[in-house]
Amino acid sequence: MTTLAPPVVRGQEPTRSRGGRSGSVLVWMVLPAFIMFVFFGIVPLLGVIVLSFATWNGITPEIELTGLTSWKAALTNPGLPNALWVTFLIMALSWLVQTPLSILLGTFMARQSRYRGFLAVFYFIPLLLSSAAIAITYKSLLDPNFGLGAGLGIEALNQDWLGQANLAIATLIFVVSWQFIPFHSLIYQGAVRQIPQSMYEAAQIDGAGRVRQFFNITLPQIKYTIITSSTLMVVGSLTFFDLIWVLTAGGPGDATRALAVQMYQLGFQASLMGPASAIAVILVLVGIGLSLLLRRIGGRADQSQMEGA
Amino acid sequence: MTPTPAGTRAGQAPESAATGTRASRKFAERNWVGGSFAWLWLIVVMVPLYWLVITSFKTQANYFITNPLKPPSEFTFENYQLVIESDFVRYFMNSVIVTVGAVLPATLISFMAAYAVVRGAGNRFLQGVNGIFLMGLAIPLQAVVIPVYLIIIKMELYNTLQAIILPSIAFAIPLSVLVLANFIRDVPKELFESMRMDGATEWGTMWRLAFPLTRPALVTVVIYNAVGIWNGYLLPLILTQSPEKATIPLALASFQTQFGVNVPAVAASVTLTTVPIVLLYAIGRRQLVSGLTAGFNK
Repeated sequence: MTTLAPPVVRGQEPTRSRGGRSGSVLVWMVLPAFIMFVFFGIVPLLGVIVLSFATWNGITPEIELTGLTSWKAALTNPGLPNALWVTFLIMALSWLVQTPLSILLGTFMARQSRYRGFLAVFYFIPLLLSSAAIAITYKSLLDPNFGLGAGLGIEALNQDWLGQANLAIATLIFVVSWQFIPFHSLIYQGAVRQIPQSMYEAAQIDGAGRVRQFFNITLPQIKYTIITSSTLMVVGSLTFFDLIWVLTAGGPGDATRALAVQMYQLGFQASLMGPASAIAVILVLVGIGLSLLLRRIGGRADQSQMEGA
Repeated sequence: MTPTPAGTRAGQAPESAATGTRASRKFAERNWVGGSFAWLWLIVVMVPLYWLVITSFKTQANYFITNPLKPPSEFTFENYQLVIESDFVRYFMNSVIVTVGAVLPATLISFMAAYAVVRGAGNRFLQGVNGIFLMGLAIPLQAVVIPVYLIIIKMELYNTLQAIILPSIAFAIPLSVLVLANFIRDVPKELFESMRMDGATEWGTMWRLAFPLTRPALVTVVIYNAVGIWNGYLLPLILTQSPEKATIPLALASFQTQFGVNVPAVAASVTLTTVPIVLLYAIGRRQLVSGLTAGFNK
């Protein structure tokens, strides 16, 4: 490394002088995006923290700083434990359902090159639809009087899917899976295709069957992809709003009232912008905490692999 | 029919060559679990969409008495007529204005920022800005809507289409910069160097060298942002009020209330709003491929 040091330093000189000449032009180039993002991204992020210590009804211009009043109101709100529980339930169940199925589909598609293109075209379609459109479709499809179950006369399908607490959660998880499993299976497909074929050939010579190959080669090799995909799923599930709002509006009762829904209702329907901002801060903190946690798990995996190599 | 399989096979030739053919085919034949599940899931994905399209062509009376999965014996366009008469064109135009008005500036300023971030690798300010963009990837829109709402009120833009456009641009920036910067980073250094030798300015280099070479990534970014903004529900919900300013996702929800048990009309409204984005996807796929091949042929 030491022998390399002088050329590196010499190499830096022209870069620096060039940076001096065109640096100001580059700064001008980045400014429009920077200003735009600061104004509508960073300022609101700081703003939501300030607003969580304030009282505002969202309609009149008076915003008063009232210390911890809004936080107290938010934390003692009887709906909060339920909102946290529902958010956790949606997060955990949607991860548990989506991850194994996406890995299964992704592994299959990676090997079946004949059908991959065909499947990918159709698997992509749910990603193009708005959550509002998907929610409306399922609402009509699952209607106990006019939906698929009633029309086909199949008793098992003919339930009040969105009218009972447990069924509503299950339906929500199904719709989420319908929307996102194709996307995650495409991610896994890409990862599985990166695995060198020689590893499988070696395992085959050793007499490992398909199942053992899957658990001993495929799964460990797609570790990082599992973490990436899980981060997207888990953090993404915190922000489900459109889908829940159009599908159930948080009901029946408060069975599907997740944090984001609770925030919207408190702020824009009950005019309690202060407590709603406090919930938004909780949402951000939970999101950052979960991404850091998952990244740490990923980091450890990274280290152990480097040790192995 | 013939062009389709030929096209598919041609598109897949390099992939199967990369994976090594014989062994992978042997694996494939044995993966019954994955195979049957892949086809099962294709059915799960397609049934609601199929139901949506065929239902949109049924009369309301016909819908209640026929098998919901059987196509109508007589196609009717009266549902589409009803949707279009319910001010659909206005909502559609609102969505077009918002999407185009946000995607074009967002892509343009993100491209400029990505170029600056890559070229200014030694500049501390530029790297700091890049760090802020990366951090911005983690900010969920849902969490900051209340201050955004306040800012829009203060700017006296509440209940206008600009109110939806401005935050949409801002929230498209972080990921767009990330994707575009990764792509610009792959442009060989020698090309930049030879542009500099020819006396080109940074501005000229950006438009004449980086922009054409980044085209596939630009198409990806445009499609990704367009889909997200076209389908956006939360910003229109909180930043507009009057029906004249509603975009399509918002209008869909109100159609559902308005049409009530007229399921075929609801199905027609959803089908009609989905067509443009599926078309964009179809066109974009081809564009993506041609963009890539153009790059290879140079």
